[in-house]
Amino acid sequence: MAKYRLNINTKKLDVEVDEGTSLLWVLREHLGLTGTKFGCGISQCGACTIHVDGQPMRSCLLPVDDFVNGQKITTIEGLSEGGNHPVQKAWIEAQAPQCGYCQSGQIMQAVALLEENPNPTREEIKVYMNGNLCRCGTYMRILDAIELASKNITESV
Amino acid sequence: MNVDRSISRRKFLKSSSGAMLFIGASGLLPMVVSCTNEKEIQKQLKKHQLTAWVQISEDGHITIYNPAAEMGQGSMTALPVLFAEEMDADWSMVSVEFSPQEASVYGSIAWNPNTKVLITAGSRATKGYYPVMRKAGAQARYALMHTAAMHWAVPRTELATDQGFVIHEKEGEKISYGALVPFLEIPENIPDFTEEQLKDPEKYRLVGKHMPRVEIPSKVDGSAKFAIDIRLPNMVYGVLERGNLHGAKPTLQNKADILVLDGVLKVVPFNYAVGIVASTLEQALAAKKQLKIDWSDAPPTGFNSQEAYIDYGKIASKSAKGKIIFDIGNVQKAWKSASKTYSIDFKNDYVYHAQMEPLNSVVKVAEDLQSAEVWVGSQQGGDGKVGVPQALGIPANKVNVHLQYLGGGFGRRSMTDFVTECALLAKEMAPLPVKLIWTREDDVTYGAYRPLTLQRLKASTDQKGRISGFSHCVVGDGGNLAASGIWNDYYDIPNQFAEWRETSHGIRLKHWRSVGHAPNKFAIECMLDEIAMDHGVDPVALRRKLMVKAPRALATLEKAAEISKWDETSIEGRAKGVAFLQRSGTLSTGICEISVNRQTGKIKVHHFWSALDAGVVVQPDNVKAQMEGGILMGMGSVLKEQITIVDGRIQQSNYHDYQLLRMEDIPESVETVIIESTESPQGVGESGTPLVAGAIANAFFSLTGKRLRHLPFTPDRVLEVLNS
Ligand code: FES
Ligand code: FES
Repeated sequence: MAKYRLNINTKKLDVEVDEGTSLLWVLREHLGLTGTKFGCGISQCGACTIHVDGQPMRSCLLPVDDFVNGQKITTIEGLSEGGNHPVQKAWIEAQAPQCGYCQSGQIMQAVALLEENPNPTREEIKVYMNGNLCRCGTYMRILDAIELASKNITESV
Repeated sequence: MNVDRSISRRKFLKSSSGAMLFIGASGLLPMVVSCTNEKEIQKQLKKHQLTAWVQISEDGHITIYNPAAEMGQGSMTALPVLFAEEMDADWSMVSVEFSPQEASVYGSIAWNPNTKVLITAGSRATKGYYPVMRKAGAQARYALMHTAAMHWAVPRTELATDQGFVIHEKEGEKISYGALVPFLEIPENIPDFTEEQLKDPEKYRLVGKHMPRVEIPSKVDGSAKFAIDIRLPNMVYGVLERGNLHGAKPTLQNKADILVLDGVLKVVPFNYAVGIVASTLEQALAAKKQLKIDWSDAPPTGFNSQEAYIDYGKIASKSAKGKIIFDIGNVQKAWKSASKTYSIDFKNDYVYHAQMEPLNSVVKVAEDLQSAEVWVGSQQGGDGKVGVPQALGIPANKVNVHLQYLGGGFGRRSMTDFVTECALLAKEMAPLPVKLIWTREDDVTYGAYRPLTLQRLKASTDQKGRISGFSHCVVGDGGNLAASGIWNDYYDIPNQFAEWRETSHGIRLKHWRSVGHAPNKFAIECMLDEIAMDHGVDPVALRRKLMVKAPRALATLEKAAEISKWDETSIEGRAKGVAFLQRSGTLSTGICEISVNRQTGKIKVHHFWSALDAGVVVQPDNVKAQMEGGILMGMGSVLKEQITIVDGRIQQSNYHDYQLLRMEDIPESVETVIIESTESPQGVGESGTPLVAGAIANAFFSLTGKRLRHLPFTPDRVLEVLNS
């Protein structure tokens, strides 16, 4: 067991876990930030996507030991106040989720895309989102939601 | 019937303020109980078999209880919409909660009109609750109007309602449902509300309109709770190693070494697995990796899935018939008088559910082992107690189930194997709650698949080119899992025969979204195109003729042909294909347009159009979402997904070798048209998936002149067919 101080959703949080524990288990089982999901554990599905210093990362394969230098970790819970990020709003408007299980990861990935490239083409969206699986098959609406969010973001600038 | 609702009911009612309006689902007396008076509530509950569908509080807030599981199919919105429509409630004041998991109270009659069960499967949620929810809503409205009539001392017949208000036009009076709560009074007789007495569909304000799904906001901010998200004080974690040979018995070689690992609390033997309970999930998983287990042989030992087709072909060739599913007219005669006959084999590999939330549950068994609390995402089943009473040997009324959102069901969560496992671990650890998690590897290798099947289809045409006989022999394990979808009710073919021939390999099997429909409709729809092409007839024209006696089916065909511009040729390098089916009462036609990369063998679906008749559609946008999702899931299963078995051992273990459809694979458009209907609603969740294989294979034939007859159409197989 070792103690770790993490910077999550702009808060300093302390945990004591075995060395090498994945950030995903730390978030979900130790800190109760269960919006980030477990899907595969091998970086194949994207359900566990979070942001580290603004970059989308798969938390299932990241050992907690690598995050003690104050890196800014953002989870779906810290993305916005009251779920009102333009991407979340677009997601509701497009009625994208079905079972919903993959959607935190999808949204985190999409937010990172639009931060990098506020006006992506359809092809760019598909490439960027390709690592995020959705078994319910909501991809068409995810695409619509991203285009909608992109429109709202670029128009409001 | 005697139901003890003590645990869940009490909690259910205590949290509420305002009045609870009980509407007997089976036409029993309705009842109003003030929620602040708990004694009265308990007394009433003892006396009457009542069903609370709604709770109204004085501020006008209305809670409607949803009995069905929510796995993304949207019935959590659809069922309350039906209730609110008849109640004439103001939808903006409505919130929805899961009802207690008590089958005798909240069960559906979709499976058997005489027994209520809690199962959310087979696309029957809306269908099963359609009459119940509307009637209960109408009765609630009646009770409110009666109360207003008494309150104003006017005849009830002079009153009307409008979105949460009772109105007395004559006097220009108006009172909100909430304001009526303190006076709520139940009439002595409340009509049973026959179909004719319910709202005229023309007047619907909610049903058939764009109704955003109630739980979606919680699914975009991470707050929606799945069972895997449950955390309880003092909770410990369980995992099981089940191996990759179904049914093999383990002998653990290093129990002592495991027990001394960090955090390990217990090793629990199962006859098909070894269980570990540890203080943390990571410790449980680390210990699981250290297990040294010798596995026995098991029924699947020696079985090789890809060689099975040889045997299956031999089984299909035997003269003895299997289980006859239908025998209409006389196919033998049809063969004899045929001007042409066809015999074609179709094949279908095992596929896996791959629901995104791996199986899991949380169970807490009381210290005296006589009661249990369960948190689970389940498609329920029967009594709604998910197998826990049987697992623990305690009465059903001692098990309280907290139904959570399902991170995908697709049939897998209609099994309760994972809940039983968790209950057994929790019994060992009582009173500590145990969270059992299946890793993705567990979920894949110890899956319960759609069975491998071979379909041998025969058909004959007469001198006029009409299909005179059609027979369908499906060979495979699992009875209806292999044989569902074999009926051709909508095609006018005079002589038809279908049978199932059994095989058995000891591989775990289960309903997989649309069950046998996907492989069987694939075979049927491809067979029709073979005949059409052979006779130089357009595939849509052939089906049009076959559907002469089925106008509703024909309407879906015509609509799909229209929106896909079937009659216009596709651009160079692309072609279209069609398929039709009936599943869970819904009729649908799908048409796709594809191209194929002749170097890589990769099929690209560019467009998918579908038209469906699902009776009354409660939430049109949700029906479209179900079709989109079903079609994309179908595309994954048709183009990529495959479980293979070597010497009884499952060869795939995670998403790297069990490939699902990804964003790069999606079509440019998926378009669904709903055909208007006033017939009672039918299931939609499984209507998209089985359209895909036939439509793609038929488009491929039109494009290349070659036949794809073995699912999935992986690039290797496509290349093999192209080069043949
Ligand atoms: S759980 Fe991390 S990518 Fe699947
Ligand atoms: S919404 Fe169910 S997996 Fe994506």
